[in-house]
Amino acid sequence: MEPITRFQGKVVPLPVRDIDTDQIIPARFLKTIDKDGLGKSLFCDWRYLSSGDPNPDFILNQPRAEGSTILLAGDNFGCGSSREHAPWALMGFGFRAVISTSFADIFKGNCLKNGLLPIVVDEATSAELFEAAKADENLQLTIDLESQTLTLPSGRSVEFPIDAFSKKCLLAGVDQLGYIQNLMPSIEAYEARVGDRVTTV
Amino acid sequence: MLNEYGPRYASGFEVKFAVSQPKTLFEKIWDDHVVVQEAGSPAVLYIDLHLVHEVTSPQAFQGLRDRGLRVRRPDHTQATMDHSIPTTDNRLRIIEDPIARKQVEQLRINCQEFGVPLADMGGLDQGIVHVIGPELGLTQPGMTVVCGDSHTSTHGAFGALAFGIGTTEVEHVLATQCLLQNKPKTAEVRFVGKAPAGVGAKDLILALIAQIGVGGGTGYVLEYTGEAISELSMEGRMTLCNMSIEGGARAGMIAPDDVTFEYLKGRPRAPQGADWDAAVERWRQLPSDPGAVYDKTILVDVSKLEPMITYGTNPGQGVGISQPLPDPAHLADSNQSAALKKSLAYMALEAGKPLLGQPIDVVFIGSCTNSRISDLRDAAKVLQGRKVSDKVRLMVVPGSEKVKKQAEEEGLPEIFKAAGAEWRQAGCSMCIAMNGDQLTPGQYSVSTSNRNFEGRQGKGGRTFLASPVTAAASAIEGAVADPRKYLS
Ligand code: SF4
Repeated sequence: MEPITRFQGKVVPLPVRDIDTDQIIPARFLKTIDKDGLGKSLFCDWRYLSSGDPNPDFILNQPRAEGSTILLAGDNFGCGSSREHAPWALMGFGFRAVISTSFADIFKGNCLKNGLLPIVVDEATSAELFEAAKADENLQLTIDLESQTLTLPSGRSVEFPIDAFSKKCLLAGVDQLGYIQNLMPSIEAYEARVGDRVTTV
Repeated sequence: MLNEYGPRYASGFEVKFAVSQPKTLFEKIWDDHVVVQEAGSPAVLYIDLHLVHEVTSPQAFQGLRDRGLRVRRPDHTQATMDHSIPTTDNRLRIIEDPIARKQVEQLRINCQEFGVPLADMGGLDQGIVHVIGPELGLTQPGMTVVCGDSHTSTHGAFGALAFGIGTTEVEHVLATQCLLQNKPKTAEVRFVGKAPAGVGAKDLILALIAQIGVGGGTGYVLEYTGEAISELSMEGRMTLCNMSIEGGARAGMIAPDDVTFEYLKGRPRAPQGADWDAAVERWRQLPSDPGAVYDKTILVDVSKLEPMITYGTNPGQGVGISQPLPDPAHLADSNQSAALKKSLAYMALEAGKPLLGQPIDVVFIGSCTNSRISDLRDAAKVLQGRKVSDKVRLMVVPGSEKVKKQAEEEGLPEIFKAAGAEWRQAGCSMCIAMNGDQLTPGQYSVSTSNRNFEGRQGKGGRTFLASPVTAAASAIEGAVADPRKYLS
């Protein structure tokens, strides 16, 4: 994973609440055995007409979405299934961060493990951002992970929460498996002490 | 002198022993499974049972391969196939969709290569992952259970801590049998009163989600309590816990009791003989202690509930079956109002009117929410001696091979077929529409599954979620129907 520190990106607004993972990536694309190639199917049923042509009314098909790296979405983003294909698809499209007033638990965890930043802001900030995105098609925001701040067009900085452990991993660009593996002696000691609660074989 | 808190000293100080702190069911299981908890890091949580299916595991196995790792505890891992497999009778001969076929074959290769037990198609153990875990007796009280699938919450019905994980976490568990987890908060959801006739587990959970909303449980593990819960069968408890995720909760759980033990006794993977007695002794210690503290409590009055049905595009958009649909114009919050408007437009429904009588095209009885034997029996009772409307396609899809066999022994398929229904092979089927079973654009279905998201059951399809009896009654009438008149 590439380390994440600070980046500036163009914002695309999607003012819909409770966007579920079936909208982010419909189930019929889950038959793949890879992580790649999902970006083209991101928001597929909103993005393409039944003819297969891009739906010109959908914001990701409009010029302003070109080169955008930050998705600004409504409350409770990523609810529904645990499919990690959702962050894979968002990243496949080019997104590096999603801003919302809240995220579903599993989705948020999946994002953090893939280097897609789930940025939680309060309602007033969210409203300000949607206004700004309406006024300026080229709205740019700066996200700084180290200081956990988002710099708004007005120059105001808002802090966003992120758990300390995930932050450390993202800043260093390391995945979390290594941390567990380093604790193998403790895991073995636990197993020796507790024994098997169940066996499948 | 001793009192209930510990020694009372002459000075008048009371010393509370830390050991006597009352704990919730969740806290007991959590504390039992923390391997390491370092400051500033999430807990390393031990996983007793890891369930695996074809859709969310291929990239995880590939990750192991890339790192040169093995599956550390294949004996704590159980795989099956359910999501992308067809439910047609010829599926053992061929899976016609080449991409699905490849995914299923990849699971076989992965299980073979990494020594993971696989309940493959054609065997008696195959089925929807959340149906077979309990059926085999793998899911037991006090355990941690995970699966790359959000409806893992189902297993909480046994007093287990069970939750869905992403594919990266599937890889973590395969490699280490552990998971990094921040401790969630706890909420007690107390169902108050007695459920009226015709109101079952599915209605209880739809009522809860309608009350708290699809994000209402975010960050929480829910423990369901109250008379209406302890009266539920294990199958009803599974239906209830299954949809915890639809309220945004990390997990749902129910304290184990005699109903739980009765269900588990004699199952292939449940403890046997003296081990069984010891296990039950242990499990009896699991229920939340009197005075245990939850982060919040949610009350649901069940005494006036009706059979529930959803009308919108998320599971929180549900009403009692005779109730009018809410009107966006009457909602004060503009975001909520816009969301409701969008849902009603997608569903092509009018606000202010009940759904009763709304014509439908398909009825789906199945999924990890409602495909167990009791669900099929309930549906069969309604359908016995009646005919499915000729405007409706009714699909009945058992949750597992064992459910299928049991139903066949009881003569249920004959009842379904005589009514004009299809009796299919075990799998997720039209719950997820990635296996050939799906709605066509614009069609309406009444489904016993758990998600009514846009396109969930096929692009452009429109889903009403309800119980098996409501689904069966609607199949007969060719329109959304109140099941109560068929239940006397
Ligand atoms: S039946 Fe539906 S919800 Fe359940 S595991 Fe299968 S796809 Fe998921």
